[in-house]
Amino acid sequence: MHEELFGKLELSSIPYDSPIIMGAVGSAILMTLVVLGTVTWFRLWPYLWKEWFTSVDHKRLGVMYVILALVMLVRGFADALMMRSQQALAAGGQAGYLPPYHYDQIFSAHGTIMIIFVAMPFFVGLMNIIVPLQIGARDVAFPFVNAVSLWLTVISAWLVMVSLSIGNFSHAGWSGYPPLSENGYSPGPGVDYWIWSLQLGGIGTLLTGINFFVTIVRMRAPGMTWMRIPIFTWTILVTTVLIMLAFPVLTVTLALLTLDRYLDMHFFTNDLGGNLMMFPNLFWSWGHPEVYIVILPAFGIYSEITATFSRKRLFGYTSMVYATIAIAILSFGVWLHHFFTMGAGANVNAFFGIATMVIAVPTGVKVFNWLFTLYRGRIHFATPMLWTLGFIITFCIGGMAGVLLSVPPADFMLHNSEFLVAHFHNMLIPGALFGYFAGYTYWFPKVFGFKLDETWGKRAFWAWITGFYLAFMPLYGLGLMGMPRRLVQYGNLDWQPYLLVAMAGTGLIALGILFQIIQLGVSILHREALRDTSGDPWDGRSLEWSLPSPPPLYNFAVIPEVTDLDAFTRMKREGHSPPPSRSYEDIHMPRNTPAGMGVGVAALIFGFAMVWHIWGIAFFSLITVVMILVARAAVEDVEWVIPAHEVARMEEVRS
Amino acid sequence: MNMASSSLQSPHEGHDSASNVTFGFWLYLMTDCLLFASLFATFAVLRHHYAGGPDGRALFDLPGVYVETLFLLLSSVTNGFSLIAARQQRTHFVLAWLFLTAMFGMGFIWMEVGEFWTLVQQGHGPSKSAFLSAYFTLVGTHGAHVTVGLLWMWVMMIQVMDRGLTPRIQSRLVRLGMFWHFLDLIWVAVFSVVYLSGML
Amino acid sequence: MGPIKNCYIRVSGRVLAFQTSFPDFSLFMRRILWSCLPILLLATPAAQAGHWVLLDPKGPIARDESSLMLTAFGLMLVVVIPVFVMTFLFAWKYRASNEQAPYTPDWDHSAGIEAVVWLVPTALILILSVMVWQSSHRLSPYRPLASPVPPLHVQVVAMDWKWLFIYPDLGLASINRLVVPVDTPLSFQITSDSVMSSFFIPQWGGQIYAMGGMKTRLHLLVDQPGVYDGLNTQFSGEGFYGMTFRAEALSRADFSRWTREAPRGQPVLDPITFNRLEEPSEHVPPQLYSAVTPHLFDQIIRKYSGMP
Repeated sequence: MHEELFGKLELSSIPYDSPIIMGAVGSAILMTLVVLGTVTWFRLWPYLWKEWFTSVDHKRLGVMYVILALVMLVRGFADALMMRSQQALAAGGQAGYLPPYHYDQIFSAHGTIMIIFVAMPFFVGLMNIIVPLQIGARDVAFPFVNAVSLWLTVISAWLVMVSLSIGNFSHAGWSGYPPLSENGYSPGPGVDYWIWSLQLGGIGTLLTGINFFVTIVRMRAPGMTWMRIPIFTWTILVTTVLIMLAFPVLTVTLALLTLDRYLDMHFFTNDLGGNLMMFPNLFWSWGHPEVYIVILPAFGIYSEITATFSRKRLFGYTSMVYATIAIAILSFGVWLHHFFTMGAGANVNAFFGIATMVIAVPTGVKVFNWLFTLYRGRIHFATPMLWTLGFIITFCIGGMAGVLLSVPPADFMLHNSEFLVAHFHNMLIPGALFGYFAGYTYWFPKVFGFKLDETWGKRAFWAWITGFYLAFMPLYGLGLMGMPRRLVQYGNLDWQPYLLVAMAGTGLIALGILFQIIQLGVSILHREALRDTSGDPWDGRSLEWSLPSPPPLYNFAVIPEVTDLDAFTRMKREGHSPPPSRSYEDIHMPRNTPAGMGVGVAALIFGFAMVWHIWGIAFFSLITVVMILVARAAVEDVEWVIPAHEVARMEEVRS
Repeated sequence: MNMASSSLQSPHEGHDSASNVTFGFWLYLMTDCLLFASLFATFAVLRHHYAGGPDGRALFDLPGVYVETLFLLLSSVTNGFSLIAARQQRTHFVLAWLFLTAMFGMGFIWMEVGEFWTLVQQGHGPSKSAFLSAYFTLVGTHGAHVTVGLLWMWVMMIQVMDRGLTPRIQSRLVRLGMFWHFLDLIWVAVFSVVYLSGML
Repeated sequence: MGPIKNCYIRVSGRVLAFQTSFPDFSLFMRRILWSCLPILLLATPAAQAGHWVLLDPKGPIARDESSLMLTAFGLMLVVVIPVFVMTFLFAWKYRASNEQAPYTPDWDHSAGIEAVVWLVPTALILILSVMVWQSSHRLSPYRPLASPVPPLHVQVVAMDWKWLFIYPDLGLASINRLVVPVDTPLSFQITSDSVMSSFFIPQWGGQIYAMGGMKTRLHLLVDQPGVYDGLNTQFSGEGFYGMTFRAEALSRADFSRWTREAPRGQPVLDPITFNRLEEPSEHVPPQLYSAVTPHLFDQIIRKYSGMP
């Protein structure tokens, strides 16, 4: 009876006896209660429901994505703090404070969260907000699908959080290599949490990819030819192609592992003909493009910011576009460099090593083009520009380490070491996260109507970058000293000083995050002083700055005509005047709907039920998803109209 | 699964929104194509990993598979007729052709389930060898897609009865047709890669 | 949502805000210096401590691999140092407060510069590619080492969570302790009796995966006697962190004495002992076996491989 109702779920699945986990759960629940209490106290539920949870507005969805990313960043960073402090303590026979059982889950969760629930939602949020504004569109191609994507991402993050308190998370690393991730070696729900959170979130991401590809290809303002698309939108376009090509492979890879675990199949098992090498091949066929999926948008942000804050056109725009495309194409031909040590043979290794190095060419071109954008400019060192300069320097160091790793015999030495850990953090933190922070600061006034406080922003930057160097440069040394990754304890006392320095760096990064939180609070308090009344606080160059901050619901009262890459700079120079009110027309906008969130909630229940083998509930929640979609398809009345005179009135009020 | 059904929605009733949806759906089909490509690749790697168990020659009932193939090919033809009827605004013909298509599709699924059932009964279930895992997964994923297509087809029949052949429903019928033909194409690949070359 | 002005186009009243709100460049430089200070303070004493094993090779393979790392690093500096210089130089020279510096807001293309930024990295990568191609073949783990001395064969099995070494020609086996002679080619055959692991002795040469049902090869040579660290680098579960072993290189005379004397009185690795060994265990102390079931290594592989 219990089996039918609850599957494998039991009261003992909640780790009451573990003070560390219960402390984390307690603080998470406490924070949730504080948020819920505040919302209730200020009677914000109807507002949140009407304006946010049921919204299909790309700007609102984008904000929710970014909030999710920031919350998960704090969670993922808490994992990082625990790992760093554990390794700083657990030397020479000391056990530290984390047993392997916890430590292994922490590094697995850290990787999964940082890639899938920080990097992905952060850039997807920024692109949701900005892409339609940059291309002169009123919304994305499929606003409802957009809402479904958001909620699938949110609930996947929820699944990871739930695993903290009910059951456990995977201990097999974020890449989950079998046979360690197979039933025989990981019988618990941990790997299943990992599978379902990646799988459901992945479907959301795939939908987003299709949605934004159609949006950019089909909904650009008149006159915006391919070579007049703002560079950020270009990188997003290429990223969506990567998403469409890579995510189906992830879906299959996870599905095959699921079948191994749930139906006792033999894709990746040691025995009965399974082939474990196939998993790394499939996983990295998605995983390497995924690296560029999170980095290319940041490259786009850096390009926008370099041009804006140098008060100069972007140097070598055409080169930048082709370099982006080249990186995307090459990213599918390098997956094997994640496992040169599998013994594939010299020709294969050499081919993939060279292919990997070739990516350095278009990447180098981008770096030089940023530098020549600075050249003969008028550089303003605002916070977004600081992130950009910090990125250029730091990223080069990571790239250098990357070229080392792409030489197969050198990789035989450095593979699976702390050197590798230093390398990919050195690519992803400056290469992606700094870019998102820059974009967050740069576009914040556009979304909320006031700028972020510069002083605290700069403090955060300096804490982050100093902390970054302290935290990760020692890891390069540790790699050369032969320290492998994912160690919970170690005997070699030589390593400890480096790990202490790394922990100090992590502390500085914590300070950086604290400063960012303070920055947000201070900026909200001083929002009147920081108010952006012009809509163009940075002397921007692309169309989003031609709109008021925040933009009206319909973005553009009149769809602009684009005559240049820097469309808005051209307009400013030529002194365009606002269009006469008679040119307004009726605007069709998508209606809000709870269906997107409904799909998300049903998918959450489905995921949870699948993790715990509660087949009945899993079946019914799946049926619920189908029913919601069928019901949604039956609704004819999915749009509402803002009449032209109303548009005129709203524009009047704003001016 | 989510994808297939949610692409049904046409959020904008504007000028080129229908073609946006068709374009988006076409892109989805391409991603689905990659999904099948990954499964085919997996099958190619594991196709001889019998682990001491039976190979394709010992298991497959080729005449049965021919009939399945015939059902699916015929269903594509009848689906095409339903689209012609839709263009001519002949609601009853649309319904009749769709019904026939669904019958063929259900026949296909019935036979496939029967084939799987027999194999499992004979002790050749998917957990017996990597080859069988890959076989059941590839063929089963196609079958799952056909099932979703059938579900969609019944929903469309209800919508046609309820609303008639509005432009919105017409464009959905076109996308359903794309999906159905796409599954036909995939089946041709499954038939040649799994069954035909498995018998050699 | 506050009061917003319609700024369809707003040309004036915008640029002024910057000059006041952004600090001067000297402040920027001072901050950089300040943030470098703790790095230098903390890094200097640390860098003197510790044994950088990857840069202290004790065999020709490791030596070659180690010098490859340094060569690739040096070549990369050709591009990276100019980037560093240009970043600081341009950021300093073209700061907004330097009104004397040239300003070309519409300059966005130069065929010459574009050619250089595409061609220089390409040339560099071309050189590196040749290096990759040659070194991948020269240092392929599958390539037997040319030597007048006949090789020592060792079969390596990764287990949960210890290493089993079998000397098929000597009829010996050992757990977590690998003893070899110097100046003798070592020919390893590697598999796993459990999940994937990676066999690595940093000072002897690069690593290779150990995988169930499969056999990988590795050829190494060590030319200085000593005791070295060996380890698994591929995370393999809870006992992973203790999966290290002693790798001892003896002079050839010492080694032949060791093969004669060490096994005396040591237990035998028979099927029963092996079954007990297959149970997961952590921090297993080294153990020598004076005899081992014949073809144990092949049996372990055959146990998993489903191929007919």
